[in-house]
Amino acid sequence: MKKSFRHLASTLIFGTLLSTSLVPAMAAEQVNIYSFRQPYLMQPILEAFTKETGIKTNVVADGTGILERLKREGLNSPADIVLTVDIGNLSELVKANVAQPVKTETLEQNIPAQYRDPNGIWYGLTVRARNIFVATDRVKPDEIKSYEDLADPKWKGRICTRSGKHPYNVALVASMIAHHGEKEAEQWLRGLKANLAQKPQGADRAQLKALKEGVCDVAIMNSYYYGRMLTEDNPEELAIAKAATMIFPNQEDRGAHVNLSGMALTKSAPNKENAIKLMEYLSKPAAQQLYAQQNSEYPVNPAVEPSGVVASWGDFKADSLPLAEVAKHREAAVRLLDKVDYDG
Amino acid sequence: MVSTLAVALIVCLPILSVLYVALFPEENIWPHLIDTVLPRYIKTTIQLLVGVGLLTFVFGVASAWLISMCRFPGRKLFEWALLLPFAVPAYVIAYVYTDMLEYSGWVQTGLREWFGWQTARDYWFPEIRSLGGAILMLSLVLYPYVYMLSRAAFLEQSESLMMASRSLGCSPWKSFWRVSLPVTRPAIAIGLTLVLLETLNDFGTVDYFAVQTLTRGLFDTWLNMGNIGGAAQIACFMLLFVCFFIWLERRSRARQKHYQPTDRYKSLPRYQLTGGKALAATLFCASLITLGFLTPFCILANYAYQYFEQSFTNDFITHARNSFLLSSLAALATIAIGLILAYARRLNRSRAVRSIVAVSSLGYAMPGAVLAIGVLVPFAAFDNTLDSFLRQHFGFSSGLLLSGTIIAVLFAYVVRFLAVSAGALQAGLDQITPSMDMAAQSLGSRPTAILRRIHIPLLKRSMLTAAIIVFVDCMKELPATLILRPFNFETLATHVHQYAMHELIKESALGALVIVAIGLIPVILLNRSLATTRKGEPLQRL
Repeated sequence: MKKSFRHLASTLIFGTLLSTSLVPAMAAEQVNIYSFRQPYLMQPILEAFTKETGIKTNVVADGTGILERLKREGLNSPADIVLTVDIGNLSELVKANVAQPVKTETLEQNIPAQYRDPNGIWYGLTVRARNIFVATDRVKPDEIKSYEDLADPKWKGRICTRSGKHPYNVALVASMIAHHGEKEAEQWLRGLKANLAQKPQGADRAQLKALKEGVCDVAIMNSYYYGRMLTEDNPEELAIAKAATMIFPNQEDRGAHVNLSGMALTKSAPNKENAIKLMEYLSKPAAQQLYAQQNSEYPVNPAVEPSGVVASWGDFKADSLPLAEVAKHREAAVRLLDKVDYDG
Repeated sequence: MVSTLAVALIVCLPILSVLYVALFPEENIWPHLIDTVLPRYIKTTIQLLVGVGLLTFVFGVASAWLISMCRFPGRKLFEWALLLPFAVPAYVIAYVYTDMLEYSGWVQTGLREWFGWQTARDYWFPEIRSLGGAILMLSLVLYPYVYMLSRAAFLEQSESLMMASRSLGCSPWKSFWRVSLPVTRPAIAIGLTLVLLETLNDFGTVDYFAVQTLTRGLFDTWLNMGNIGGAAQIACFMLLFVCFFIWLERRSRARQKHYQPTDRYKSLPRYQLTGGKALAATLFCASLITLGFLTPFCILANYAYQYFEQSFTNDFITHARNSFLLSSLAALATIAIGLILAYARRLNRSRAVRSIVAVSSLGYAMPGAVLAIGVLVPFAAFDNTLDSFLRQHFGFSSGLLLSGTIIAVLFAYVVRFLAVSAGALQAGLDQITPSMDMAAQSLGSRPTAILRRIHIPLLKRSMLTAAIIVFVDCMKELPATLILRPFNFETLATHVHQYAMHELIKESALGALVIVAIGLIPVILLNRSLATTRKGEPLQRL
């Protein structure tokens, strides 16, 4: 009994040690990535990068604590690049002082100034609009045109959103603060809360599902979810998407609130050269197309057309206020959400 | 003794680190919280705890009593099947039931079609995404803790006590309340404590159901306000709840010690249930299993079947292997350390030893993500200090030795689930009469020899139980794994998470199903060991 137990233990230990790369920094050419983006969305493009350059990519994906990990690991951190999905992540990187500036001609040419940090600390990769969706059979598309309209009492009991505390909604509220000031934003948020059909719950897709089933007539969702529901080849999701009409808000004034997925070079970056290669690669047309298409987003590179379904939505006007500006109001937005008890 | 203290201190490190982080908040978060959402967070947290506590008590103790003391149709099957819900992670059951029961789920859609209802205003249907829903979901998968521990206790209760109570004319009901329940209270209390701790640190379910508990505030402060110190303070505040539970649990067994007086056992005759009573017992057990296991299992199996080709890849097999290896290692380590601590507590009943053992169990009470920060901080500090020392004196760099390795993940698992093993082992040790130790001592045995030759053999069952609980818990563990894992390393739980967080429940189904299925293996093993029932009966070896 005891012998077999020991045998089992040692097999387990050695098996585990062998099966995992304890020290990733062994291979010659490689780049290490900490990513907020889900692995299945990155895999194709990273594979393409490796194929083209011979540089291997190592990933810790989908992590909540990435920022804290970077901070604590400090200058010994093995990470070279951070890939993010929200402007909040990017501004936190700046605030925590864990990223270093990069300036190359390729990057500055490929990525418009509006979608990168003025000091070159971070660069955007894809853009998504936070759009308003209405039930096609119950609401005329011109009945609602702006985020401001969401607070109109005529929508009482007819709007669905996910938790106000989700980064995407926090960024939206932050942009309202940036444009209107805290006081007016508070009034707007109270109005919106009073119009909710149900307590904020579920993620973005759930809001559209609720729309289809008649829980509400208006929902807020990121544009790429819509694109994916239309292209994922899942009849149920397709039916949900088809029951809704997408509206790019505020087209007559400042434009729709957009958010960014992006990248930054870490301060420690042991494979700096390779990392910059990857950053440049990601900004180039081929990669931009794939990276955006993978998640039905808009490429930041203006030379690249959005793919299939996204292109079919036509051009839209995006809010031109730099996202770095919007991000400054994130904390105020969180406090405001608590103050009006948005999720309560 | 020194080595014990060292072990205990290392295990306490993450908790101490969280306390340390709490000392340096970026900003004082409390005025804002108190002004706005804190009262509701506290109220909801208490409601959730009370709800889950009551429900798991009823589910767990009632089923354990029926199984160990009564005879009714299906008892043999239920005996092990009642453990099945334990294999289902709370976040998975929450996803599955929401998918099914929300307004746009197939149950309500079907009802609307059937009865011709048009909108939500035409009928009433319970809202699954609610406090009540969260209580039910958590209770359905957590009651096996109470069931397992109280069943073992019911089986091990002194036969002479039961005989005495029966011969003195106690009805079954009366002997349950007046004899069995008080005698098995320590075991039930441990089970309930585990349930409550797990409830307190749950984030997946309450987040998905938009139930506003303290954990919600914690993640808000950390991720949205970038205030990790403030988040650590909330974690410490939550520890107060935990200390209260632990105090309650300790108190519940403070004034009692009971040992098996002899080793003579006879199997107890079980009460024969008939008619309505038997039917009720069967239905009760069957519905627990159906709700807690069969329903989610079948739905997942169906989705997994539909999406099998997309899901079953080589990567998937690697993830499964990672999960399995990591959980096994963690279970072994946790048992070893748990045994050291529990035994130290038996040998030395001083306040110092007892409190250090108590503190080392607190990892279970912290949300996994906070505990992960508690591991990250000292590991990174150690790595960086060693590195700069080596650079300075020897001119070479060691880089990060521990951070970002599976050792960090493993350590987090051990700290997180130590309470499970320490609790079970302590309860087991407490039942071994000290006269055995004394006898061995007087015959010249050293403490380690006593442990090896007397306690470990007697504790086999407790150790196995503990190992299995820890194994299954590790398989399900998500937040600490996400934060601490090395490059290119996924477990089944993180694999499921990347889909489930975007409501792609069907794509995640196969992974979830395998977590559940692997969770079944230990459940079956556990059952075979427990099926040996009372000690007096012939012992079937594993």
